[in-house]
Amino acid sequence: MSATLEALSQNLQEHLGDRVKSLKMLFGEVTIEVDSADYLAVMQTLRDEPALSFEELIDLCGVDYSAYGNVERVGKRFAAVSHLLSITRNWRLRVRCFAPDDDFPSLPSLTSVWNSVNWFEREAFDLYGIVFPGHDDLRRILTDYGFVGHPFRKDFPIAGYVEMRYDPEQQRVIYQPVTIEPREITPRIVREATYGNVDNA
Amino acid sequence: MPELRNFTLNFGPQHPAAHGVLRMVLELDGEVVMRADPHIGLLHRATEKLAENKTWIQSVPYMDRLDYMSMMCNEHAYCMAIERLLGIEVPIRAQYIRVMFDEITRILNHLLWVGCHGLDVGAMTMVLYAFREREDLIDAYEAVSGARMHAAYYRPGGVYRDLPDRMPQYQESKWKSAAQIKPFNDVRSGTLLDFLDDFSGRFPKLLDEYETLLTDNRIWKQRLVNVGIVSPERALQRGFSGPMLRGSGIAWDLRKKQPYEVYDRVDFDIPVGVTGDSYDRYLVRMEEMRQSNRILKQCIEWLRQNPGPVMSDNHKVAPPDREAMKSNMEELIHHFKLCTEGIHVPEGEAYSAVEHPKGEFGIYVISDGANKPYRLKIRPPGYVHLSAMDEMVRGHMLADVVTIIGSQDVVFGEIDR
Repeated sequence: MSATLEALSQNLQEHLGDRVKSLKMLFGEVTIEVDSADYLAVMQTLRDEPALSFEELIDLCGVDYSAYGNVERVGKRFAAVSHLLSITRNWRLRVRCFAPDDDFPSLPSLTSVWNSVNWFEREAFDLYGIVFPGHDDLRRILTDYGFVGHPFRKDFPIAGYVEMRYDPEQQRVIYQPVTIEPREITPRIVREATYGNVDNA
Repeated sequence: MPELRNFTLNFGPQHPAAHGVLRMVLELDGEVVMRADPHIGLLHRATEKLAENKTWIQSVPYMDRLDYMSMMCNEHAYCMAIERLLGIEVPIRAQYIRVMFDEITRILNHLLWVGCHGLDVGAMTMVLYAFREREDLIDAYEAVSGARMHAAYYRPGGVYRDLPDRMPQYQESKWKSAAQIKPFNDVRSGTLLDFLDDFSGRFPKLLDEYETLLTDNRIWKQRLVNVGIVSPERALQRGFSGPMLRGSGIAWDLRKKQPYEVYDRVDFDIPVGVTGDSYDRYLVRMEEMRQSNRILKQCIEWLRQNPGPVMSDNHKVAPPDREAMKSNMEELIHHFKLCTEGIHVPEGEAYSAVEHPKGEFGIYVISDGANKPYRLKIRPPGYVHLSAMDEMVRGHMLADVVTIIGSQDVVFGEIDR
């Protein structure tokens, strides 16, 4: 397994050179980070270069890093993380690309490289508000028609802002502010790195 | 001459052939579909957001509710992702149990699929036969986990408990006499493995029965052959996986190519289609059930001979057993911490994929070292397949849309998440 990963990381460095901002090998998976300016070109190379040949885009998702580790975030907030798969070479790769602007996150669309990314980018736009210039049909996909906001951002409350009920007086379904009290049964706790270490069980 | 225009048709979201809450806006020219625009999200429950606010273990039951037709496979991917981050080993017996139940799940899923696909296309009796066999397998679910559908049986570190020694029995009632329930109870008189062994013995014959109903059936072939053809190149472009990819002629199966658990120790074959039409996908799935049955047999054989633990003994992850907990301070503390704060997963990210009955089901988790996931992304196979709907139905007749939805095997629990 690790011989394959070695070969993959070597090929990556050879064909992408310094366009790879960082390369990590952890848990038997390879992750690279690329700059948003190189994003599209890198992805094109990853698909077309025979030494890499990532024919399939398995997944693309948005990530909001603003609350990572329960500490104030330094660095960019939004990223698109894609998982690529090569059928011929039988290896996988994770590519992370941070959106340069936190207030208006935007990354080039990959629809011209892999058609399968179409709905994944719509989803990332819907849930995180990352826009993908070059995408020809960037509509909301999972949330309701007329939904306001991007629900998977960390500052969006889990109960949302509005709830829906039938109003017998107006005889129609209406939206109103949520009446659910926010509650957290188990708080989110980040322990020191060795706490969950299963080796000292 | 009157002006001719395309007209749009709203299909679903409560159409019985839409397999759940799929709404499709179809643009028709006469009876030919020019464009299909699937509207999804009517079953969106924000599972991924909910998981960010639950401890790791609390999200296991949510996984059942994703693809509610192949419950344990969903749990499998989730547990594997956590195990990878934690770096813990799953006991070998638990791995065999997981493989066995993955294959049971595959048969369950494909049986439901062939039944409902039959219903959609006009083969009304198929669903009755399929549900007869599903009943037995769901009984196996019930015996092992107590729940017939939403099992929550796989846990990080293994499976919840070992296979039971006895099966639940049918009770006599005013609707069912003792004579009527006797044949049902006779096969359930032994252990779960005996029951599954009996099932795997009779299942190939039952599959032959299904095939006599469908495979050479003229109407079935007229409805399926050459409908929704996907070339191998397009299948890759559209990110297909599982039977959809194999139906297009690409021999790709994660169980073979990137084996997890003990799939490298069991013997099975991968069926591959030729033309990539709905009929090929049907044939692929039928053959997959036979292969699953083969794996099932091998697992039963192994599990009979090799008793052992089914859960990791690492109490940072898996709770200690009840008896130890009540007699031992250390175990009590472990239990208390696990049941209040939950497990802590070290910082990092992992993607784990399983060969789900519908395709590649993946779980991508990011942990920041907390007792809850920082981000959980579910990679649903049906979502990707449905996104190719427009391409697949273009130029087909309206009635073929139903065939194509059926052959994609969509379930909205996973698509909408």
